[in-house]
Amino acid sequence: MAVHTPVTDGHDDHGHGAAHATSTGLSNNKMAMWLFLGSECLLFGGLISTYMLYRGRHPADLGPDQIYDIPFTSVSSFILLMSSLTMVLAVSAASMKDDRRTNLWLTITALLGATFVGGQVYEFTSFYREGLGFTSSLFSSSFYTLTGFHGVHVTVGIIMLMALVGINKRGRIPGQKAEVVELVGLYWHFVDVVWIIIFTLVYLIPS
Amino acid sequence: MAIIERPSTPAVVGAGAGAPAVVTPSQAYGVLRRPVAATGWRSWVFTVDHKKLGIMYGVVSLFFFLVGGFEALLIRLQLAGPEGTVLSAGLYNEMFTMHATTMVFLFVMPMAAAFANYLVPLQIGARDVAFPRINAFGFWCFLAGAIFINTSWFLGGAADGGWFMYQPNANALFSPSHGIDFWGLGLQITGIASLTGAVNLIVTILNMRAPGMSLMKMPIFTWMILVIQFLLLFAMPVITVALFLLMFQREFGATFFDVSAGADPLLWQHLFWIFGHPEVYIIVLPGFGIVSEVLPVFARKPLFGYRFVVFSGAAIGFVGWGVWAHHMFASGLGPVSVAVFSVATMLIAIPTGVKIVNWTMTLWGGKIWFSTAMLFAIGLIVEFTIGGLSGVTHAVAPSDTQQTDTYYIVAHFHYTIFGGAVLGLFAGFYYWWPKIFGKRLSESLGKWNFWLMIIGMNLTFGPMHIIGLQGQPRRMMNWTEARAGEGFFNLGFWNRVASVGSLILAVGVAFFIVNIWVTHRPSSKTPKSELDPWDARSLEWITQNPPKEHNFDSIPTVHALDEFFHRKYEVDHDTGEVTKVASAEEILAAEEAKADHHIHLPSPSYWPIILAFSLPVMGYGVIFNRFLIVAGALGVLLAMFGWALEPSVADDSDYDPPAEGGSNKELATIG
Amino acid sequence: MSTTEHQSDPHVEPHAADVAHDGHADGEFAHKPDSYYVKIALILAVITALETSTYWIDFGAFFLPTLLILMAIKFVMVASLFMHLKFDSKIFSWMFYSGLLLAIGVYVAFLATFRFFAPT
Ligand code: HEM
Ligand SMILES: [Cu+2]
Repeated sequence: MAVHTPVTDGHDDHGHGAAHATSTGLSNNKMAMWLFLGSECLLFGGLISTYMLYRGRHPADLGPDQIYDIPFTSVSSFILLMSSLTMVLAVSAASMKDDRRTNLWLTITALLGATFVGGQVYEFTSFYREGLGFTSSLFSSSFYTLTGFHGVHVTVGIIMLMALVGINKRGRIPGQKAEVVELVGLYWHFVDVVWIIIFTLVYLIPS
Repeated sequence: MAIIERPSTPAVVGAGAGAPAVVTPSQAYGVLRRPVAATGWRSWVFTVDHKKLGIMYGVVSLFFFLVGGFEALLIRLQLAGPEGTVLSAGLYNEMFTMHATTMVFLFVMPMAAAFANYLVPLQIGARDVAFPRINAFGFWCFLAGAIFINTSWFLGGAADGGWFMYQPNANALFSPSHGIDFWGLGLQITGIASLTGAVNLIVTILNMRAPGMSLMKMPIFTWMILVIQFLLLFAMPVITVALFLLMFQREFGATFFDVSAGADPLLWQHLFWIFGHPEVYIIVLPGFGIVSEVLPVFARKPLFGYRFVVFSGAAIGFVGWGVWAHHMFASGLGPVSVAVFSVATMLIAIPTGVKIVNWTMTLWGGKIWFSTAMLFAIGLIVEFTIGGLSGVTHAVAPSDTQQTDTYYIVAHFHYTIFGGAVLGLFAGFYYWWPKIFGKRLSESLGKWNFWLMIIGMNLTFGPMHIIGLQGQPRRMMNWTEARAGEGFFNLGFWNRVASVGSLILAVGVAFFIVNIWVTHRPSSKTPKSELDPWDARSLEWITQNPPKEHNFDSIPTVHALDEFFHRKYEVDHDTGEVTKVASAEEILAAEEAKADHHIHLPSPSYWPIILAFSLPVMGYGVIFNRFLIVAGALGVLLAMFGWALEPSVADDSDYDPPAEGGSNKELATIG
Repeated sequence: MSTTEHQSDPHVEPHAADVAHDGHADGEFAHKPDSYYVKIALILAVITALETSTYWIDFGAFFLPTLLILMAIKFVMVASLFMHLKFDSKIFSWMFYSGLLLAIGVYVAFLATFRFFAPT
């Protein structure tokens, strides 16, 4: 009996099949991910509120209105948004067991994500050069904390995407491949959705 | 489909041929061979068995109960007389901070996790939790965080800002030792345990119930655990934010709470109490759940108004989110906020009162068996009611401004926490001991344990109402004779009473430890417990004492709330007469006769403990040496990759139950 | 990996076969064609362009409400369509949105106590 291929395929099916056997008929993994994302809402909520409270507390010449580069951030926001599209295409390819396209879209998603993080690094350094350090003002501390947390989330997402590609390439996802891609997808979209909020509340609405 | 199987224990279950074998895979894709030891320390350290983890949670939190108790005794010793000199002012601050931190985060919460871990799968008819490795990870995070926080005692002093760590008092300026850094980072680590535990238990409860067990047929303890996990799920991230801000402030020079930099220190208070008030229900609801199991068993009546108890529990959980600012009435919130939060706080007494009524009605007309577990449960009703009433007195904002920061508050929360949570946990110890350890604890020592604890707690915390209303502040290292007042309200007298009470309380707790020793010492003559020592009602009792590694030979099908009771007894609907139709032994034998053939249990793993213990390394790094952060992070990364590459589902072998027979409950793939 | 035990294990096989045929049951959304997602992304892109335009064009009194509404629309679109909440079990929506609404509730109240929303 050929070992490898049947193993992975079998597991894909197994995943979905077994999922129906839980009391709710829902997959444990997916439910756990949604619960986690619900919890994350309170984490980002707290960070956003802290920023909101402190966004006006800065020296007159180093506040949000002076420092933000809206066109630049708009572009990077757009890139992150589009990475959600490529992510959903990866999920869709994975559910059709198309490994090649799954990997392609996962890679593109990771690249777009990396571009976003790169943009953030660029943004932080240019702010820093303009004199906005982490401890410069309440505004700067809360700004860096909020966007930094988001950046870390994106970075973790990129690592997960790359790990997925790597594992995928070696045919090593232990079962439920499509579902794992979907889980990473949920996380990725969530991070994107948080940025949708940050982009509006932090960047577009002046303080 | 490939499968790698290797029997861990030659588990022979049931009798004769066709007995199920417990199967544990030895290794799959992982880097290391999986641990497979079924005995010895390895079988504990690498275990993913919810029962072993539950016991470990219990042992560690019991230890911290003693530590926290010791700290409390020092505090009471200091306050026993005027101008106490037992502790220096600094040490006194550390003592009350660490007492509260230990009791809340290292005793009550993990002890609740101990019960939840051990009992929830048994109560819902599952063979483990949904994510066994994450479960193990949670326990090790708790232990790692607990040890981390307490090493601060030896590394320059413990946290000294009070358990709520108010700002700006907790800034490096006013608290230059590393204590608060240890506190903040350590709570982050134990917080991971709470969060992962919450996700895990919610999924377990929603997804892994035995066939037929609808939500409204679920044992009430499991229900309360479900509510608590939702509270944890949403409350932990809030304290996480607060603790990060604290760390950035103390370690990296941010000024989030620094008034001189224009900050609002109230930011901290809000974040802390948005977490903190749900937290008090996280603390007390396990006790509520336990007594809601214990009372019906020993009153020999079903729980009165099961639905009301469920819904009031959920309501408490929900309303508990809208009252946090009652901890801040004296902080200058403004009249509108104060009014709103004052009314909301009074509302929360309603669902709480509903529960008290339900418990009382459960007792009403019951044939009460005053076992030790029952005594603790009744004790909870009485003592918690007192705490709830004083709570309502400070829900009224004007009266609270008199009470806040005095010993009156200390009286309130000890009646709620000790009288509500801790007595509940003790009821649980006595009730479930035979289930978990196979023997009953001594009832006569138990009575001593109970009465000394009750007398001790009332003598300790009762006088605090008087002391507080007389104006003695909390968190003050001493009081003076000159200002102690006269007659009945003399502070000195009541302080002495409280200190004596605390000693009695300690003796009461000692009786518990003695009881364990007497029951389990090698020469103990305590016989093995009967299968169903209390004539219990719920599913966990349809297992051996202690349960087999896989809990159930066959997953029972549930037809009713109090399934076990209804299998034992038939109730005549017209006369209400109850007749016994089957013994526990017969019921269990019937279940075992249908044993599933292949029971695949989740496999042990090295990664949870490695991952968890990498975190305190990072913590020390933040405080002492940034290189350690990198070292810890490498550990984390290594463990995560090892984890990801090692399927918890070593192929089919993780599916529970197995290939055939019974219902199919999916165990997680990533967990 | 060894398959020998597996082949000799009669208990595993039927189960695997059992579940194989309902493997696609919850894959409803999976069969949405890629063009469907591209269309959604286009709409999202247009909305983002609209949002960004507020930087150059003066919306007057509509500025704030417009931005907030657009933000909400984007959020819900990604959540329901990309994250499949719309096609998936309501329990997931319920779990996620209860976290979200709770967050909005407590944090708005929290900011309100700082008179954040008071007209300046
Ligand atoms: C009837 C329900 C309750 C009401 C109305 C109530 C009300 C209050 C209020 C208004 C305060 C603030 C007092 C002040 O600091 O000035 C308070 C403090 C406290 N309550 Fe309660 N409470 C209730 C139940 C509980 C329960 C069930 C617990 C825990 C199991 C609890 C634990 C605490 C703690 C720990 C504090 C003090 C926090 C601190 O300042 O360190 N309460 N309660
Ligand atoms: Cu409270």
